[in-house]
Amino acid sequence: MKPTHSARDPRDLGGPRQPLLSVRELKKHFPLKKTGLGLRGPRLAVRAVDGISFDILKGETLGVVGESGCGKSTTARLLMQLTPQDSGELVFDGLSLGSPGLSLRDYRRQTQMVFQDSYSSLNPRMTVEDSIAFGPTVHGVSQREALSRAHDLLARVGLEPARFAGRYPHELSGGQRQRVNIARALALEPRLIILDESVSALDKSVEAQVLNLLQDLKQAFGLTYVFISHDLNVVRYMSDRVLVMYLGEVVEVASADALFEQPLHPYTAALLRSMPTTDPLRRTEQAPLSGDPPNPIDPPSGCRFHTRCPDAQAICRTRTPVFGEAMPGRSVACLKYEPGSGYAASTIALKEVTHA
Amino acid sequence: MTAATFTDTRGRTPVVRSRGHGANVLRRLLRNPVAMIAATIILLLVLMAIFAPWLMPADPYATSMLKRLKPIGTEGLPLGSDELGRDLLSRLMLGGRLSLFMGIAPVVMAFIIGGGIGILAGYAGGWLNTAIMRCIDVLYAFPSVLLAIALSGALGAGITNALVSLTVVFIPQIARIAESVTTQVRRSDYVDAARASGASSLLIIRKHVLGNVIGPIFVYATSLISVSMILASGLSFLGLGVKPPQPEWGLMLNTLRTAIYTQPWVAALPGLMIFITSVSFNMLADGLRSAMEVKQ
Repeated sequence: MKPTHSARDPRDLGGPRQPLLSVRELKKHFPLKKTGLGLRGPRLAVRAVDGISFDILKGETLGVVGESGCGKSTTARLLMQLTPQDSGELVFDGLSLGSPGLSLRDYRRQTQMVFQDSYSSLNPRMTVEDSIAFGPTVHGVSQREALSRAHDLLARVGLEPARFAGRYPHELSGGQRQRVNIARALALEPRLIILDESVSALDKSVEAQVLNLLQDLKQAFGLTYVFISHDLNVVRYMSDRVLVMYLGEVVEVASADALFEQPLHPYTAALLRSMPTTDPLRRTEQAPLSGDPPNPIDPPSGCRFHTRCPDAQAICRTRTPVFGEAMPGRSVACLKYEPGSGYAASTIALKEVTHA
Repeated sequence: MTAATFTDTRGRTPVVRSRGHGANVLRRLLRNPVAMIAATIILLLVLMAIFAPWLMPADPYATSMLKRLKPIGTEGLPLGSDELGRDLLSRLMLGGRLSLFMGIAPVVMAFIIGGGIGILAGYAGGWLNTAIMRCIDVLYAFPSVLLAIALSGALGAGITNALVSLTVVFIPQIARIAESVTTQVRRSDYVDAARASGASSLLIIRKHVLGNVIGPIFVYATSLISVSMILASGLSFLGLGVKPPQPEWGLMLNTLRTAIYTQPWVAALPGLMIFITSVSFNMLADGLRSAMEVKQ
């Protein structure tokens, strides 16, 4: 084993500069049920996630945003390996998942997930403490120790163990249940936690409390978050960097501040315009985005966003943009920022942006 | 839902513990008068069957040409006598043993086998599910009476063969229920969460699936006991189940049917026993279902 840069976590292999999780060309298509005999014609599939690549850096919170159906949740399930990918690989701290160095079991110990529905993600027949203690017992921790860890974690997430440990999920409120789910995710002492719309179902005041709890826990346990949400305000509050998805593809990745200050991709810009604001001076004049996203079974040719893009040109219909660095630390998949792509204003646009 | 609580010290700190699901179901069941009456009747019938040899007023096998087909209330024959002059009360009591056994045993066996198959198919999903369930559907396509008769006929008369054929009749029915309940549970987030914790399928089935599917399967199986009793009686009636002179309600109904015009009340008694028992089991199953269905 290589000597570690940080003495804090002995599991840290590659040091702080190595991404915690590198996602490489991850692809997942869901085949549709064949009609009739299904022998004729090409096999149709929903291209839920269509070859996405990104890095999750150590200690960051990576926000993931996009419309419904853009593949956010499928990405979460792929990252958690609840759904097997068609192709692509996950590299966790330098080790490829499935290689001798990192089995699925090891990976799952270090990566956990908190689901959206706080009720259906808890076994109704199990007490809170048993639900939390289940994971550690799977990995060989004794029942007694797992329970005492469960009690510690309950206290950490703000639920008094003496009052809550022996309760069943239906006796708790939504916010309390989500705290239990967070405690369960923490029970395996993971390094990466995937939060898939984890606070979306909570009412606003409870949501704020849980968000602050998540921030505290991140500090205390040195966690890395993937924070998936459709709520842009919450993503901005939580995230260090933000990844924007459209129709199963990554269209833009940037630091949260840069992205919200100055979106590069027209889709990101449209998304941000759709954020409700209470400032009358920032009133939106034009409709931010019209229509539904195109059918992911048969996505548009070229750039997938060209059907709804306000800046689309003829070239966008035929040429597929390459996801690449447009500015230092900012990656985008748009012909506007691709030198020599044939997009008429591409050089001007890039200059505008770089000098802005 | 008011859950009475108590404290225990399983962990390190004393913990307020809620009453479990099973205790709640039992409590609601105890408050359901219809289910409790049914349960009492079943309990009495079972006790009667178990202690029949000691409770019987007369020898159920002793025939008498003089006492043939006496009406109910005859001196020494409280429920009359059958076509061979045997004491009907004694025969009904002893007959309860086999009748109840034939009602319960096939269902228990089918519950274990069919439930196992259904849970396996439901949890596995995909092509394995399709393969298993299509095979089950082949059996399911036959009307159960016909299947029971055909199997018993092919295997030959006898209690064991009747038991086997009834079990085969119930396996597909229970398997289908088990499969559909398990499929639902398998898709739930808490099973995903358990998978995410790295647990093996077997452990997930044991810890997370079983507890959530066994209730509905059990309720359905309970409702099959009455069907099993009636089918078993039917097989005996056709001469495919219990053999004379052993008393069994279905067989008694068969042999007494010739006396339907001379002693209709006596002839109807075994049928009445079957009716009471099967209705009781159905009521109990209904009570169980509603006790379990309460959303918390």
